[in-house]
Amino acid sequence: MTRPLVAVLDYGIGNLHSAQKALERGGADARLTADHGLIADADGVVLPGVGAFGACMDALRRCGLEQPAVDAAASGRPFLGICVGMQMLFTASDEDPDAQGLGVIPGQVMWIPPGPKIPQMQWNVLRLTKPDDPMFAGLGDEPWFYFVHSLHGVPDDAPIVAATVEYGTTLNAAFRLDNVFAVQFHPEKSSRPGLALLANFVGICARSGPTDVANREVTA
Amino acid sequence: MRVARVIPCLDVTEGRVVKGTNFVGLRDAGDPVELAARYDLEGADELVFLDITASSDNRDTTVDMVHHVADQVYIPFTVGGGIRTLEDARRMLRAGADKVSVNTAAVERPELIEEIAAEFGVQCVVCAIDAKRVSVADRPWTPGDGWEVYVHGGRTPTGIDAVGWAAEAVRRGAGELLVTSMDRDGTRAGFDVELTRAITDVVNVPIIASGGVGSLQHLADGITDGGADAVLAASIFHFREHTVAEAKAVMARAGITVRPPSSADFGGTGPIA
Repeated sequence: MTRPLVAVLDYGIGNLHSAQKALERGGADARLTADHGLIADADGVVLPGVGAFGACMDALRRCGLEQPAVDAAASGRPFLGICVGMQMLFTASDEDPDAQGLGVIPGQVMWIPPGPKIPQMQWNVLRLTKPDDPMFAGLGDEPWFYFVHSLHGVPDDAPIVAATVEYGTTLNAAFRLDNVFAVQFHPEKSSRPGLALLANFVGICARSGPTDVANREVTA
Repeated sequence: MRVARVIPCLDVTEGRVVKGTNFVGLRDAGDPVELAARYDLEGADELVFLDITASSDNRDTTVDMVHHVADQVYIPFTVGGGIRTLEDARRMLRAGADKVSVNTAAVERPELIEEIAAEFGVQCVVCAIDAKRVSVADRPWTPGDGWEVYVHGGRTPTGIDAVGWAAEAVRRGAGELLVTSMDRDGTRAGFDVELTRAITDVVNVPIIASGGVGSLQHLADGITDGGADAVLAASIFHFREHTVAEAKAVMARAGITVRPPSSADFGGTGPIA
């Protein structure tokens, strides 16, 4: 099987290196890229992010990647948002009320309610509300992932929440909306469970790639 | 749920780990990638690399090391030691470090914290504070008994109150504090839990307790008595007196929630690297 091409959107923010390397370990031909053609041709697209919502949205726009990101999410191809990359998929964020999000996931990114230390900077265990999602395949009932965040996504449509985490209160940790999967935690920093989740994504990219689509049409 | 972290600290110079590291079966005890992978396998939640390279001319090798670690080890890691400018921080973060820790340079020029936080976010700025107990009797200028900040690897007293500096560092954008007791460092007498407690009382960011660990119970005490969110230790892990998994077992028995070490074994039996 050829390695699926996964485009990791490169808009000049912090550490994208780990996400790319972890996807390669999962079997992808992962490219850090801002090339519109490559993004349009990729079997799957990853939107990473770290730092502040507004700064990331500004950087994404400055690199001309806002529309390609929205198009990729709408294309039906596997799409993964990570941390602030996940948050940017929402309509807006309380962190930067003037900044507009990508609006792929209708909803608001909100501060973690007062009580525990902010940011949540620790490993935490997921409660899977969509345990059958292929992204969670082979992860067991209570996988641990590494979190660094001060806000979390609150979708208008609650059933799209795929996993939650307890931190003072129940926070949303993962979302599934058709082809779009988005996580608040950092799989690229979550050791074996994280690598397994990214390998699941690569596997989904491989199965939904162009070759497979053609086969499906033949057999249908 | 608050989950305490266990963080082994590795001293590196010119890209190599120094100090004893008695892992059985290492090809090369000084290879940071190999060591980091072992600690990952044992269940370490994060790692700290402390660059003790004397000359800043030789820091390129540290950047290369960070790159190699980031390529092959998939847990968060912090690089500290010799981060004096925004550009120093940028190089380490671009090479793949998740956080940088600043110490002397931040005391000398606190704006450094703001600069790094503005560009990369508060979550990647750790302010390391080396503190030593002072009493009014010793130092008449102090308003009361407390702790004084030391810089230059603990050699130079500053006259600055550690608890006040902790609050200022957080105000300026430090997302985490690494608090080392100079009194306890190297003594194996346990953390100065009063120091970590005094600081956790005034800030709302995660605190890593450091300095003085001689037993696994000390790690538990740092969380329960010191109010720390994470515990850092070097020698007890390096010399294989104890594994990270043993540390977590003791902490769990003390009623502390930790990520079970078994979860680190998930999906494979060997080190990732």
